[in-house]
Amino acid sequence: MDKYFTRMGDGSGVYMTADEIKAEIKDGVEDAARRGKIPELTQDEMDYLFEIITMPGNIVGVERGKEVVSTSDSGSCKITYHANIAMERSMAVLVSEKVLGADSVDIGNMDYSYKAVKQIVHNETPVMELAQLNTIMPVLYGSMPNLGLYTKPDGPVENWSELLPMGKIDESRAAQEEAVEHAVRDIVFVAGEMYASGADGINLDTCGASGDADFLAGFLATEKIKEKYPDLGVEMGAAGEFVLGMHGQLEYDGTRIAGLYPHMQVKLAEKAGANIFGAVVNTNTKESFPWGLARTVTFVKACTAAAEIPVHVNVGMGVGGIPTSEIPPIDAVTRADKALIEIGKADGL
Amino acid sequence: MRMQLAKSMKIDDAKKYVAEKLGVEPIDLSDSDKMFDIRADKGLGRSFDMNNMPKGIEAKFNIARVLGIKINSVERFKDRAGL
Repeated sequence: MDKYFTRMGDGSGVYMTADEIKAEIKDGVEDAARRGKIPELTQDEMDYLFEIITMPGNIVGVERGKEVVSTSDSGSCKITYHANIAMERSMAVLVSEKVLGADSVDIGNMDYSYKAVKQIVHNETPVMELAQLNTIMPVLYGSMPNLGLYTKPDGPVENWSELLPMGKIDESRAAQEEAVEHAVRDIVFVAGEMYASGADGINLDTCGASGDADFLAGFLATEKIKEKYPDLGVEMGAAGEFVLGMHGQLEYDGTRIAGLYPHMQVKLAEKAGANIFGAVVNTNTKESFPWGLARTVTFVKACTAAAEIPVHVNVGMGVGGIPTSEIPPIDAVTRADKALIEIGKADGL
Repeated sequence: MRMQLAKSMKIDDAKKYVAEKLGVEPIDLSDSDKMFDIRADKGLGRSFDMNNMPKGIEAKFNIARVLGIKINSVERFKDRAGL
């Protein structure tokens, strides 16, 4: 029986039969539908997903006319801090535009968190100004709400991760609520400085990394940014497919944040005023690539169907069906991209 | 990308909007050969062969005009240059 080369969620190669891949797809779809209480993919969509996964060729691409645009997470840092090429960041933005053909990029600091950036924003704004003078594509400023940084000893509030194991639930919740106030203030401050420097948008990346309070900080900051600077675009990206209830009782616009999946997260992002939502679906390293991709496409299809704003799916390592490996294999990346765009109806990546 | 960020347009609506403004079909937007000339004709900037063509902020003045949108850096430039 013929076997097809595909991968596991950790990136390692594996050969599977057609029946095995189809079973993995079906199982992944059912897992997403059960967890998210969302519709399964249709049989035609699952058949097409199988076709995409087993297509000949190392890389695959979308049909002509179905191309989408891309935003980034610490985009200008990939060349500088991550690849360790000694290059000023506004120069990395130019390389992204003119050499790599990026549709947009975000400038970020090495410590990609608004709390850290607030202290040095006067050194960040000239980078944005230089980039804006020389580029054509939209350039955003990006960082994470990163609520955990507001805990002692580095920050001003008690550490809820220490309070929770001690059973101090009320104190833990109070600490998170206080941290939200600090984070919102910092994010809005940095956004104002970047708006004055000509930024096209603010990227609130990895919202929810510290749980529901972290996501709330993103919603409230977005709301305030759009109130103060209506022309400044806001992209709000999630940290995971499911918002962890570190607080458990926080709500935004009457909806409890803990436990929300992407198709619900995007509705709150819309209400807050975000222009683009970054949906995340996590990769399970123990499962196969077909399983993870089928699961991801199911979540994303539900998210884009619910959304009135564009959805850019996070497709870095460990999310969006992409295997969790330091260098995501191009065969898996291009298949994930094609499936997310053509079946999931993603507006961007 | 600009229409998504500025107007929250989904991809198909954004392509249609931009194509109409440029006088082309949406499918032409990803035709690099066609767009190479269109970008030159309308002064929208491009990555290569840029001699005597608008670059950077100059091109963004034209993009804002052609698309009928405000671009933050262009507005800042006007303010600071007293335009």
